[in-house]
Amino acid sequence: MVELTRRATFSASHFYWNEGWTAEENERVFGRCANRNGHGHNYTLEVTVAGDPDPVTGFVVDLKWLKDVIEKRVLSAFDHRHLNLEVPEFKSAIPTTENIAIAAWKRLEPVLGSAGRAKLKRVRVYETPEIFAEFRGEA
Amino acid sequence: MRAYFGRRYMLSASHRLHSDSLSAEENRVAYGKCNNPHGHGHNYVIEVVARGPVDSETGMVMNLTDLDAVVRTKVLERFDHTNLNLDPLFMNQVPTTENLCKAVFALLQSAIPQGRLETVRVEETENNFFQCWDAETAS
Repeated sequence: MVELTRRATFSASHFYWNEGWTAEENERVFGRCANRNGHGHNYTLEVTVAGDPDPVTGFVVDLKWLKDVIEKRVLSAFDHRHLNLEVPEFKSAIPTTENIAIAAWKRLEPVLGSAGRAKLKRVRVYETPEIFAEFRGEA
Repeated sequence: MRAYFGRRYMLSASHRLHSDSLSAEENRVAYGKCNNPHGHGHNYVIEVVARGPVDSETGMVMNLTDLDAVVRTKVLERFDHTNLNLDPLFMNQVPTTENLCKAVFALLQSAIPQGRLETVRVEETENNFFQCWDAETAS
């Protein structure tokens, strides 16, 4: 079994707000992230698939194909967007780094899950170089 | 759904690798330049990963500010700009980065809600790093 990771970047804006809470509560829990005018990040997305290399090609998956899947399924929806306002998943979920990782997994898994030998292993999203979240498809 | 939230911190400290149970010559052989009697220092990167369900109210595994407070009080304030050899934890063990990693893991495990600490990674330089898991994750 070999793990293969492809990295991609996107830039997006967001804010954290729970509609069920008062403004004071939102500001207490989310701090500066609760500014409803939003703010932005340069995100780094790491997509890891695992499998045995194909005996003919030596590939776990074709990296170019993986790059195109990430581009089509995730970057085209997230890059240079306001996550709260323009990405459907975040109409009902706060676009925290955790939820972005889960959303990216759900966008990728149906395609990568049918890629034959390889399986999606994890999705890691860096909000800054020092802050990241990861989803591994666990319940 | 279980996800993971990670954060990277930096601390600067000095240490000397020297074991009282080895002769002076054996220490030089085992530790090389790291055995210099006057010690030397590093900018350590401490990467902490927490795990748990994504809270439906906040979208978070753990609030960044809570994690920052624990790491600051338990680890950064204790070790940053100190000589590791003088810390009581290293009275009876050599402050290798392996042992520092285990010490940081233990300090955080006792302060973070049970079962929520996934890994601690300590990077001594850009070219070497060490990682600890709890027994449950490793098994």
